Amino acid sequence: MKKNIARHVVSLPKSGIRDFFEIVSKMKDVISLGIGEPDFDTPWHIREAAIYALEKGKTHYTSNLGTIELRREICKYVEKNYAVSYKPETDVIITVGVSEAIDLALRALINPGDGVLFHEPCYVSYSPSIALAFGEAIPIVTRAQDGFSLNVEDIAKAWKPNCKVLMMNLPCNPTGGTCDLERLQAIAKFAVEKDLIILSDEIYSELVYDGIHTSIASLPGMKERTLFLHGFSKAFAMTGFRIGYACGHPDLIEAMMKIHQYSMLCAPILAQEAALEALLHGEDGMKVMRDQYHRRRDLVVRRFREAGLSCHLPKAAFYAFPNIVATGVSERDFSFGLLEAEKVAVVPGTAFGQSGTGFVRASFATSYEQLIEACDRIERYTQNLASKRRT
Amino acid sequence: MNPVLKLLIEGGQLSTAQMAVVAGLSEADVNKHLEQLKKDKIFLGWRPVLDLSREAVAGAAVRAVIEVRITPERGGGFNRLSERLSHFDEVESCYLMSGSYDLLIFITGPSLQKVASFVSEKLSTLEGVLSTSTHFMLRSYKEGGFLIDAPEQASGRLKVAP
Ligand SMILES: Cc1ncc(COP(=O)(O)O)c(C=O)c1O
Repeated sequence: MKKNIARHVVSLPKSGIRDFFEIVSKMKDVISLGIGEPDFDTPWHIREAAIYALEKGKTHYTSNLGTIELRREICKYVEKNYAVSYKPETDVIITVGVSEAIDLALRALINPGDGVLFHEPCYVSYSPSIALAFGEAIPIVTRAQDGFSLNVEDIAKAWKPNCKVLMMNLPCNPTGGTCDLERLQAIAKFAVEKDLIILSDEIYSELVYDGIHTSIASLPGMKERTLFLHGFSKAFAMTGFRIGYACGHPDLIEAMMKIHQYSMLCAPILAQEAALEALLHGEDGMKVMRDQYHRRRDLVVRRFREAGLSCHLPKAAFYAFPNIVATGVSERDFSFGLLEAEKVAVVPGTAFGQSGTGFVRASFATSYEQLIEACDRIERYTQNLASKRRT
Repeated sequence: MNPVLKLLIEGGQLSTAQMAVVAGLSEADVNKHLEQLKKDKIFLGWRPVLDLSREAVAGAAVRAVIEVRITPERGGGFNRLSERLSHFDEVESCYLMSGSYDLLIFITGPSLQKVASFVSEKLSTLEGVLSTSTHFMLRSYKEGGFLIDAPEQASGRLKVAP
């Protein structure tokens, strides 16, 4: 059968996480810091809303764009928290996770060979999604020295005349990188100059611990050329519900809707009902989770530094991204060695692109008890590596 | 806010050693904070959350909730009598309530008879107590934030995810 698989699918690289996952999932008693989703269960009132919707017989298709009630609440939420106003009737589409929204946007915008800029290290699906849309994936480097923020100089260096789209993920998975207003303004100016469309994946934007989050869509003149992408997976601990959304220019939403209606039809109605409940009554619960992530971040980063790893302080999201170069081994050897010796799973930084070389991603979306134990083991592991190097 | 108080509010399931690591303090500092909270009468003490229905020998406890109507006093309102009632060892908690009765009292005793005699002999005979209405607890579904008898849930998370 292999010979029948489409060339562009065959040439997609294997996920750097996949083989690691195979090994970890066969091991017992592993403490996993390799999980990119909240450890909290979805708050009960949200789950209850889904059960109630099921009881009421909400088992049908919704509008292709999603229920108007949810789109209305999304517009209120986005206006209140991100200072951008969208029309629920024409500017919003509900998707199956941010994942689908990214795919739709790329397919709606890209002609074969168009360039798509994205910053690395980044979420594992960016480059493959661009390839599946027949675009050219063009990485931009970000660096630990400035907290993996995005600099316009680096964008300009990577830019080529075929570039049409700039994908941004701030705050960033896996680095926790964010961008201050000044940097965002410079990027906005560059986007206007080069006539770039911006896909802004702001899925971690509620989980900010230092500073405030600004959406690039809220900057003057940027709403028209920005597609604002967001969802419920992270802040509301609703990964399994699979609800995301995109807000932007009605022409682009219309184009995305065309693809969505033929490929997906609509997002599941029960999950849309649950998402509505999250927006109506979920803010307090979300803040409780955020505060706990905040304390866990402080704990993990401090302990990593005590263990001799250099680790920038991620301002947001739930990932620490320590540099392991000082241990004298590669990120892959570090991760596999740690798993074998101490049964702690972290993800090699290269799973998130070449500029993740020398780093590992450790998710702190796990309980204090597990984090404390994992940090003890990591410290023991790095000390063992250090004493091996000395002998 | 006191960093130790924050952790206590979150659920207080950590040992003082774990609290120390989480808050980035020494264990001695955590204990100092706890002492201070005690002095400030914010932190009153530890209590375990137990499901004694699982323990055959100790399982004898009977629990009841009592609605009590009392006469307020000139000068003291409800306080004097409420405080007096609260001193009984049988009384676990005592609250002043709005609505059709005044006090809601949670009591525990070794047997139905013991609880009943506490109500009839001690409680209702006190001057100022107008009436009582006693409800015995039959079964507990949630105790101090913990679900009782809920089926153990394996974490549904994959071990590694992007
Ligand atoms: C940056 C980023 N974008 C998108 C997603 C996908 O989210 P969703 O569950 O909404 O599809 C993730 C999930 O890990 C992510 O980290």
